Amino acid sequence: MNVPSQIITLLFGIGLTLVSLWYGYNHHLLPLAASKEAVLIDDLFNVMMVISTGIFILVQGAILFIAFRYQRQEGDETDAKYVHGNIPLEIVWTAIPSVIVLALSLYSFDIYEQIGGLNPMDHSSHQGVHQEISNKKQKTPSNGIQEVAVMDAEMPGMAKPLAADDSAVTINVSGMQFAWLFNYAGTEVTTGELHLPVGRDIILNLTAMDVLHAFWVPEFRIKQDAVPGRTIPIRISPTVEGTYPLICAELCGAYHGVMRSEVVVQSERDYNIWLAEQAVAMKEQNHNADSKNPVSTVALYPELLSDTEYLAPYAKKLGVTVEHIQAIQAQQQS
Amino acid sequence: MTTLTQISNDTTPSGGDRPKPEWRKYFGFSHDHKVIGIQYLVTSFFFYLIGGALAAAVRTELATPASDFVSPELYNSLFTLHGTVMIFLWIVPSTAGFINYLVPLMIGARDMAFPRLNAIAFWMLPPSGLLLMSSFFVGPASAGWTSYPPLSTMGPVAGELIWILSVLLLGTSSILGAINFIVTIWKMRVPQMGWNDMPLFCWASLATGILALVSTPVLAGALILLSFDLVVGTSFFNPTGGGDPIVYQHMFWFYSHPAVYIMILPVFGMISDIIPVHSRKAIFGYRAIAYSSIAICFLGLIVWAHHMFTSGTPPWLRMFFMFATMVIAVPTGIKVFSWVATMWGGKIQLNSAMLFAMGFVSMFVIGGISGVMLAAVPFDIHVHDTYFVVAHFHYVLFGGSVFGLYSGMYHWFPKITGRMLNEKLGKIHFALNFIGFNLTFLPMHKLGLDGMNRRIAEYDPKYATINIICSIGTLLLAVSTVPFLINAVRSWFWGDRAPANPWNGLTLEWSVSSPPPVENFAVDPIPACHPYAYGKPPVSISAPQPEPVST
Repeated sequence: MNVPSQIITLLFGIGLTLVSLWYGYNHHLLPLAASKEAVLIDDLFNVMMVISTGIFILVQGAILFIAFRYQRQEGDETDAKYVHGNIPLEIVWTAIPSVIVLALSLYSFDIYEQIGGLNPMDHSSHQGVHQEISNKKQKTPSNGIQEVAVMDAEMPGMAKPLAADDSAVTINVSGMQFAWLFNYAGTEVTTGELHLPVGRDIILNLTAMDVLHAFWVPEFRIKQDAVPGRTIPIRISPTVEGTYPLICAELCGAYHGVMRSEVVVQSERDYNIWLAEQAVAMKEQNHNADSKNPVSTVALYPELLSDTEYLAPYAKKLGVTVEHIQAIQAQQQS
Repeated sequence: MTTLTQISNDTTPSGGDRPKPEWRKYFGFSHDHKVIGIQYLVTSFFFYLIGGALAAAVRTELATPASDFVSPELYNSLFTLHGTVMIFLWIVPSTAGFINYLVPLMIGARDMAFPRLNAIAFWMLPPSGLLLMSSFFVGPASAGWTSYPPLSTMGPVAGELIWILSVLLLGTSSILGAINFIVTIWKMRVPQMGWNDMPLFCWASLATGILALVSTPVLAGALILLSFDLVVGTSFFNPTGGGDPIVYQHMFWFYSHPAVYIMILPVFGMISDIIPVHSRKAIFGYRAIAYSSIAICFLGLIVWAHHMFTSGTPPWLRMFFMFATMVIAVPTGIKVFSWVATMWGGKIQLNSAMLFAMGFVSMFVIGGISGVMLAAVPFDIHVHDTYFVVAHFHYVLFGGSVFGLYSGMYHWFPKITGRMLNEKLGKIHFALNFIGFNLTFLPMHKLGLDGMNRRIAEYDPKYATINIICSIGTLLLAVSTVPFLINAVRSWFWGDRAPANPWNGLTLEWSVSSPPPVENFAVDPIPACHPYAYGKPPVSISAPQPEPVST
């Protein structure tokens, strides 16, 4: 029975599409998605995996097919048929990738807009439903944050730390060799591990005290460098309660590998209890520190932080003192 | 079958006596482009072995989750020097070696345009390599090959300064080489060879030269400013003195992204010349491949900030660089599809050169796909600075450049040395290399996606199993070099004599004896046909019969 080649091509195309679609959504390569942003980014990754799987099978299949099908016969000294090009075919394989990368660019742009990358301080556009840019423009007069954000856009990367409106939790994050410090805006609480209430928008104002660091929580799919001398805001909306690793992703020195902490995403109620406890503990500690030890033992300036190795294993338990808070406040005011 | 000319396929150069091998000239200030080409290739391969040893040390440390093989400071130095050596002392100079050796032969020239400059460019290489290695005695640089401030200005000053000086020297060498490539290709082609009659390797070399010439001075600027910050306490990149560390990143990547194309474009060119010969088939879409090299050259200059998507870059800038980066996939895709179409319906000889060439296409496609993924800003934010990126650039630079370089060595070894390589050892080399490479780097994609960041000496024990697989792969890669070394050394001295044209290639380097005589051509050669006219019916050859070109 002779099957026309068009039918075989069609069947092959359908098969390739089905396999690509299946693998693109069943690859199990990513960890748990614990934020709104993670879900959106995973959608983008899955789409890219579908396309990639298709291209991978097509090209690798062609190479394997060629290696078996077109081997030179023993003793055959002749050349192959003279074919030096095929303009329609070349147009097709220029046009299809062009369309794919254009579509991927637009889709990525859209996702980036939705996760608030274009404007981290404005979380009004970030309620799960994508909103058009024009909608946001109408909102501007009633939204003071929008105005400030526009000003920030004129000074790229130099956005000032900002207390967002009531619905967002603002936390000031500073990286130092080899630990993270989290200062909860509006309180005196400063800790070495990050606690977040589930279901709320979180604004993190990132800075670094010595060298470059990068804040990364794989489960949130969010990463941003912390740069000395700058404060860079990012936005996260945790959706799943749990404890996740918090990793420094930018080489920051010999103990870069152990500059890790934890993010604890908990219910709003647990979070508030924890915050209150910390506030009390902080007061006692500050009091003790003031009475017993009025002179600084930890330097205000990173170059004087001599025994950084000592800090690394104690990052989590780091007893936060008044000096740390002053250091952070000094950073923010400068 | 289309053949080059009527020259004899005799194993001895016509004219009688084979010139006595003058080994001393390989250690001297020779002006001969072929000697310099060999000097580049042998020196860079020596540094490849050193870079490989550094990689083996890194993977030994990573075989266990704890930091237990070397101190964390030394670990950082190991990967810093591994990257620097592999890029600046192996891939860039070895492609320069091929360009030096092959371009004058391919365009019918007797030497490069500036032979002395060529020798100077080479002789910067050994001292800067030794300088870099010597930093192990004083505490080597440990801020990564990217050497981002403020970290790079806070570590051991001597090691970092040596690193800067060494890379500055290598950059200067690269600039001098680039001037030579451009002028040679522009001005020294035989008159009958128009732009569109050049072998595709020459197009790729031209694009490489332009990129190196435009971008390398910016790296030099960045490194000089960095050395001021390091030594005399200026604040160009130091935030406490009003400087900006992000400016360094822009200047660094303005060179170091094009550097990727400086390392891969010549290899694209080599593959475009190797595949038709061993497939006995004309290259598919000559002009598309040639012009896509130029397109990549231009686009390669405007995508650097995609290395900084999570750095201090404003969002609109990220969007521009995302789009520009994605567009590069189009000319690159054109090349890949053209190579596959060239092989399709060919009569393929699966020898070592062709296996490595097909391996190159196959591996490079994987690196290209993950490259497009990384261009997408939201996804890059997750995987930037993770093992996904490590996997990606090793698929481009090892699966791509190194596979291509090996392919070139198997293909042109007979021309360069006058001896044939052993095919059986070549195939063993390919098999070990291919398996070892994929075992090392394929699992790293999973590591990065799952949350393992790069440049760390200790990691979460949940990644231990995959890391052991990667380290075993590295062992296999190290072992795979042995058959190649045995093969190269043994064949160079005792291998079968190579005929002038063992593969029946149509480019001009196959029209002279193996190895070619000094000054290559006694009379200017006239290309008999287009370099890729395999299987072209004789009726369509309207060119007059060429003069015999051999001496």
